[in-house]
Amino acid sequence: MFHLILFLFFGAICVAGAVNLLVQSHPINSALSLIAVMASLAVEYLLLGAEFVAAVQVIVYAGAIMVLFLITIMLLNAGKEERTKGSRVAILLGIPGVAIGGTLGAWTLLQRSDMQAPMAIGALPGFPKEIARLLFHDFLLPFEVTSVLILIAIMGAVVLASRPEAVAGAHHSPPPPEETRELIAPGKER
Amino acid sequence: MVPLSYYLILSGILFMCGVLGFLIKRNIITIFMSIELMLNGVNLSFVAFAAHWQALSGQVFVFFVMVVAAAEAAVGLAIIIAVYRTRETLNVDQVNLLKL
Repeated sequence: MFHLILFLFFGAICVAGAVNLLVQSHPINSALSLIAVMASLAVEYLLLGAEFVAAVQVIVYAGAIMVLFLITIMLLNAGKEERTKGSRVAILLGIPGVAIGGTLGAWTLLQRSDMQAPMAIGALPGFPKEIARLLFHDFLLPFEVTSVLILIAIMGAVVLASRPEAVAGAHHSPPPPEETRELIAPGKER
Repeated sequence: MVPLSYYLILSGILFMCGVLGFLIKRNIITIFMSIELMLNGVNLSFVAFAAHWQALSGQVFVFFVMVVAAAEAAVGLAIIIAVYRTRETLNVDQVNLLKL
């Protein structure tokens, strides 16, 4: 009973945050409601016993990734989004379609008897020790491949986000204009 | 005691909200956040099935999904910055040409 109350409470926060993400027109408000969704999802993971996943959810998702989003929104000074013709058609067709699809899926899940298996609090304790044993024994190759993936993603992000003239300057290094030369090395001859 | 289907329905609702945001939003950053919402919904069903089948590898998959999401967010936001630098807009309706 206590488990069900906790599940419903944090599930309601999740759904409310997700709906708020859709309703808000300013990206900052959407990002903040997405943080609320991720934090309450971490509590749902804790209810299932996945402690390591809940901690990583808060640190990586609600921490690192959302800070990246917020920095980008503030850097680009993104304002309210304007509604266009395409988005009105998407609202008219998308909302009924998604509602029908979601209702059908939920109905199917509720009808199937093998999906009604009750799960206790902490049904499968995912301690960091057990996760680490899996990561470094059974999933060692995928784990190492993801490190290469992250490295490539970082290099790609640096190349993409740097100014084009800075990337071009790395190859043949033309002399910078007068004002930048002073910014680079004040009082020093290049 | 909460049935497995409740967790799956919650994950489905989150995924559907992500799909809807992808369809109706016009700001490219908000569309990107909708993709993150979809990934979160999938993660919840991963963890729920891991608890149902008593298989810890489901939680390891969530870890991998998070790594891929972090890489995707870094590259995607860099692309958004590059697009904004050339087009001066974040509206996806005005970003419909590959080349200026």
